[in-house]
Amino acid sequence: MATTAREYGALIARPPLGRVIHRRLVNYIGWALCTLAFLLLGSGMVWILVVVFLRGFHALTFTVMTHVTQGVGGGLLNAIEGTALLAFGGILLAVPPGMAAGIYLSEYDKGPLAPVIRFFSDVLVGVPSIVVGYFGYVTMVAWLGWGFSVAAGSIALAIISLPYITRTTEMALRQVPRTLREAGLGLGITEGKVIMHIIVPMGLPGILTGILLAFAISMGETAPLIYTAGWSNYLWNGQITHSPIGYLTYAIWAFITEPFASANALAYAAALLVTLFVLLISVVSRMVLQRRLGA
Amino acid sequence: MISRIFSLRTITAILGSLVPLVLFAIVAFLVIYSWPAVRLNGFGFLIHNGWSLGSQYGEPITVHGQMILPGAHYGILFLIVGTLLSTAIAVLIALPLGVGAAMFLAEAVSPIARPWISFFVELLAAIPSVVFGLWGYVVVIPFLGQHLFPFMVRWLGFIPFFGGASGSGYGLLTSSFVLTLMIVPLITSTVRDALVTQPTGFREGALALGATRFEALSGVLLPNVRRVIVGSTILATGRALGETMAVLMVSGNALNYLPSNIYTPISTMAAFIVSQLDSAMQDPTGMAVRSLAEVALVLCVISVIVNSFANILIYYQGRRKMVFV
Repeated sequence: MATTAREYGALIARPPLGRVIHRRLVNYIGWALCTLAFLLLGSGMVWILVVVFLRGFHALTFTVMTHVTQGVGGGLLNAIEGTALLAFGGILLAVPPGMAAGIYLSEYDKGPLAPVIRFFSDVLVGVPSIVVGYFGYVTMVAWLGWGFSVAAGSIALAIISLPYITRTTEMALRQVPRTLREAGLGLGITEGKVIMHIIVPMGLPGILTGILLAFAISMGETAPLIYTAGWSNYLWNGQITHSPIGYLTYAIWAFITEPFASANALAYAAALLVTLFVLLISVVSRMVLQRRLGA
Repeated sequence: MISRIFSLRTITAILGSLVPLVLFAIVAFLVIYSWPAVRLNGFGFLIHNGWSLGSQYGEPITVHGQMILPGAHYGILFLIVGTLLSTAIAVLIALPLGVGAAMFLAEAVSPIARPWISFFVELLAAIPSVVFGLWGYVVVIPFLGQHLFPFMVRWLGFIPFFGGASGSGYGLLTSSFVLTLMIVPLITSTVRDALVTQPTGFREGALALGATRFEALSGVLLPNVRRVIVGSTILATGRALGETMAVLMVSGNALNYLPSNIYTPISTMAAFIVSQLDSAMQDPTGMAVRSLAEVALVLCVISVIVNSFANILIYYQGRRKMVFV
């Protein structure tokens, strides 16, 4: 006796209609909530950018870029110079130990120090920046008597950027193919020379990108600088210690709460400059990293 | 022998040891500097309320072997409560928001557009804290204080802590909102990355069994990345605990009182250090600055514990990712 198609159809278990509707509903509601979460996040980003860019462009004039701060007006030249100086100083101090730690972590992975350095580097990323700032105040400003200064501010920023440089260096070097190391060693080149002359140059674009990102992070920091760099209305006088220096993020924080329109304008201009620079570096380095590390 | 001492391995090991040494130095110096305050304040520092420098013009007196101004006492319960509450609310909002956005980015966006769309939202993490503060101060506070909070009091006032005075906009919930936006990208980028790198077999298997795409995602892929979600949430918690500038600009910097509802001004440990150091320096006995160092020490210890915990979790999963902030 042949089974008809209809009888086969009856054998297939059909889920009850209520269950089908329920699953569909969960599916739609689930996606709707996910989309909503994404849209909330995206609109937050757009909102911030619109506020900073619109108000910033109105405030950013030629005078702001070419004059120093005078009371609650003037320009931001001193702060622009200070931000560049502090961030540059911080990177200069952080690159040697940060890169060394990165090379050690990537090339001497089995070394006894590797897990220690890696773990504490990752913990150091999470230490609040104000704690670093207060540490700087207690040790350099008060104890060593440097006062608010370029040196204290740069060292505080160096501590902030150190773990970032360590990590990007390690990541960049790990991307270099293993065969290159083996080929170098097979030719009888010493291990140190293989690393310094073959591996590090190969990983250099990635390392430089990490340094650039650390530079951007340094430029956006405020908390570590308030009690280490201080604030000054004047251009840098060339002194490393005993002389406070201005920086852009301080101008944002201090001038936005002033009741004067001229001061608020400086805060908006400073916010635009900092945001623009940080975003620009982020976008450029993202492009490089995407190509290099596939991150 | 000489070449061994000057080998690259030795040099990088010595220079690289600076990284852990810096962390030890931070903790060590904070402990040494704040030790007189720790002895004076005792355990009550954490559970008593009231931060007072004492009488500026009084003759310093000696308590527990430490010189302090008459009437000075240091208790930071209100800071601990403010820090924990603002962080807890922020994480509570950020977790579903971050995971939801990660699910959207991992499954609903085409692979070609994904890097750029993800990058746009995750760029939030690159925006400096003080710019968040500026945005919060200029536009969010007026909006919340004049529109959303009165509205919430009116319609949600029956829920405990949602009613009462809606305040000016500075306060607990505002801080939490701004913190949320700052920490969500950390969760989103890590979870999205983990979802995308799951073996395709899991997803295909679930779909072949007749699961809808959402069921495959929420029932199969998401449970697989559980530990990543937990790890990134703890990292985000650590970030929120130590966030300074944005909170400083929107929290209202409350002194010595505990929040009565979610709109009350608060202060956090990190923000308090910035807002109080100037006045603490006026204390001729130096005890106020040392007590502030104790606040920094407490904050540092909490964040080191939180971060260590998150890192251990993430190592265990074998997923060490670069989260740029």
